[in-house]
Amino acid sequence: MSSIPATIEPVETDRRSRADARHDAWFRRLLKVCALLVLAALLGAALSTLWGGREVLFGQGLQFLTSTEWNPVTDDYGAWAPVFGTLVTSVIALVLAVPLSFGIALFLTEIAPTWLRGPVATAIELLASIPSIIYGMWGLFVFVPFMARVEPGLSATLGRIPLIGKLFEGPPIGLGLLTAGIVLAVMILPFISSVMREVFQTVPNRLKESSYALGSTTWEVVWDIVLPYTRSAVIGGIFLGLGRALGETMAVTFVLGNAYNITSSLLMPGTSISSSIANEFNEAVGTHRSALIALGFLLFVVTFVVLLISRLMLRRLARREGA
Amino acid sequence: MGVAIYMRRRAVNAVAMLLSGLAAAVGLVFLIWILWITVKNGIAAIDLKLFTKITAYGADGGLSNAIVGSLVMDLVALAICAPIGVLAGTFLAEYANRTKLGATIRFLNDILLSAPSIVLGLFVYVIVVLPMSNLTHGAVSFSGLAGAIALALIGLPVIVRTTDEMLQLVPGTLREAALSLGIPQWKLTTQVLMRAAVSGIVTGVLLALARLAGETAPLLFTAFGNNFMVANPLDKMASIPVAIYQYTNDPNPALHAIAWAGALLITLFVLLLSLSARWYLHRHKVTHD
Repeated sequence: MSSIPATIEPVETDRRSRADARHDAWFRRLLKVCALLVLAALLGAALSTLWGGREVLFGQGLQFLTSTEWNPVTDDYGAWAPVFGTLVTSVIALVLAVPLSFGIALFLTEIAPTWLRGPVATAIELLASIPSIIYGMWGLFVFVPFMARVEPGLSATLGRIPLIGKLFEGPPIGLGLLTAGIVLAVMILPFISSVMREVFQTVPNRLKESSYALGSTTWEVVWDIVLPYTRSAVIGGIFLGLGRALGETMAVTFVLGNAYNITSSLLMPGTSISSSIANEFNEAVGTHRSALIALGFLLFVVTFVVLLISRLMLRRLARREGA
Repeated sequence: MGVAIYMRRRAVNAVAMLLSGLAAAVGLVFLIWILWITVKNGIAAIDLKLFTKITAYGADGGLSNAIVGSLVMDLVALAICAPIGVLAGTFLAEYANRTKLGATIRFLNDILLSAPSIVLGLFVYVIVVLPMSNLTHGAVSFSGLAGAIALALIGLPVIVRTTDEMLQLVPGTLREAALSLGIPQWKLTTQVLMRAAVSGIVTGVLLALARLAGETAPLLFTAFGNNFMVANPLDKMASIPVAIYQYTNDPNPALHAIAWAGALLITLFVLLLSLSARWYLHRHKVTHD
């Protein structure tokens, strides 16, 4: 052993390792600061909109939420009409998008021949890449006229049914809550279906095969085995879509009609939080601007909670998988 | 009796299969419908003056200032969010992988990924546009720089996530081999791990670009829009999405045609970018949404 010569000077290594340790500490600090910026962005978005909207949020308090009056001339601002429009369009979007997404996920995981799965999945996911302003243009120039032709038919059929008939009364102008809800549904479809597809694929094959061996049909396997197994993640995916729908701006701004209405009819024009902000912000001054920023704060808090629930639900499945 | 139940189960199954195939068809129909309309109206309106004339000429003009403005703001946004995002993603993957802080940041990053972009625009309005306006007594208010910062906030979580996932794909043996040679961790990270994951990280940056290039809402009250060509990042700046928004709101059909041409440009750009990025990520089995 003594034949191995000591080639490195002890002092030299000492200095080098000290320098390395110092550089390591600085590098680590730099990375940490960058990572904390992600937290700062979220926190900043909440605090800055709270600050910008303080005049209305603290000045009017709860009345801001419940009042239906929105009048820049008299400086009266109540958030209920945009909140109502946001909720209604998002609910319509979910009602349409959830069954469609489930069908797509089912088709892509159980039914379609293997060679077809990749291309169809990619095509559906492409819907998510199309910029929302394109949805807005298509919505205004193509889909609104289309709906104007369909809506008289809706009023004549669904409108006759007691109770839900009220939803389909009104002028068939194409613009309105229903049209916005449908456009939103198309937009959130890829998000929900890709989550569903991914989690359906995590179901262990032996569970499905056991069920098939007992004589189940494909539908029974999906409904009784796959869906219960992935329930929490499926709900997470639905909430992810809801979060997207609540905050979407450009796609709904053109087709909502920008009217501060609270109606029982889905064919009537309305407004939403995001489209109110987009439409009015640049002309607004003083209290009006503060009210719009306060709306932004409201939207941020609601979407944050929805997305939080979504991620928690999605994580539950991941944890069970041991990932 | 038994046969009746069996037949009913068969029927339910057949109906479910049929409906699910229909659902996929509905999704595809909307994709093709939207793309077809965009391509049809866009191609009809694309001509040379789209690229040579500015929006100040209105219906006789083009989108050249908006195209340049979009390019400038997208690139500045990337210059801001790419380094920060890559470093933050590295922190998550290499330094805080199993810590509470790392889990929290990763979790909140996923939320930022789906946060409403219009609120991020308001955020930048309050922390950049308003203070700048107060400092300069209104000389500088809305600016291309503010627009780029808003876009950077959109791209940041995409880059953080892909960097994080790409670095986690690098085999642990590579880390062990390097560390056993006595390499300090910062050198290991920058010269071994990042090099091993570089193509994935670049893909993440492209995905972020695809995401932020189509954004309109956050630009409305940060960059505002401009009918003239400007190079000064502290001036109001035009962009393709905002020009589309303004032209679509206008009753003049000639402006609608220009808006469709802009829509086609931005859609092609975004779809090609995200398709190629997705193709790469898919090959490496990384999630993305």
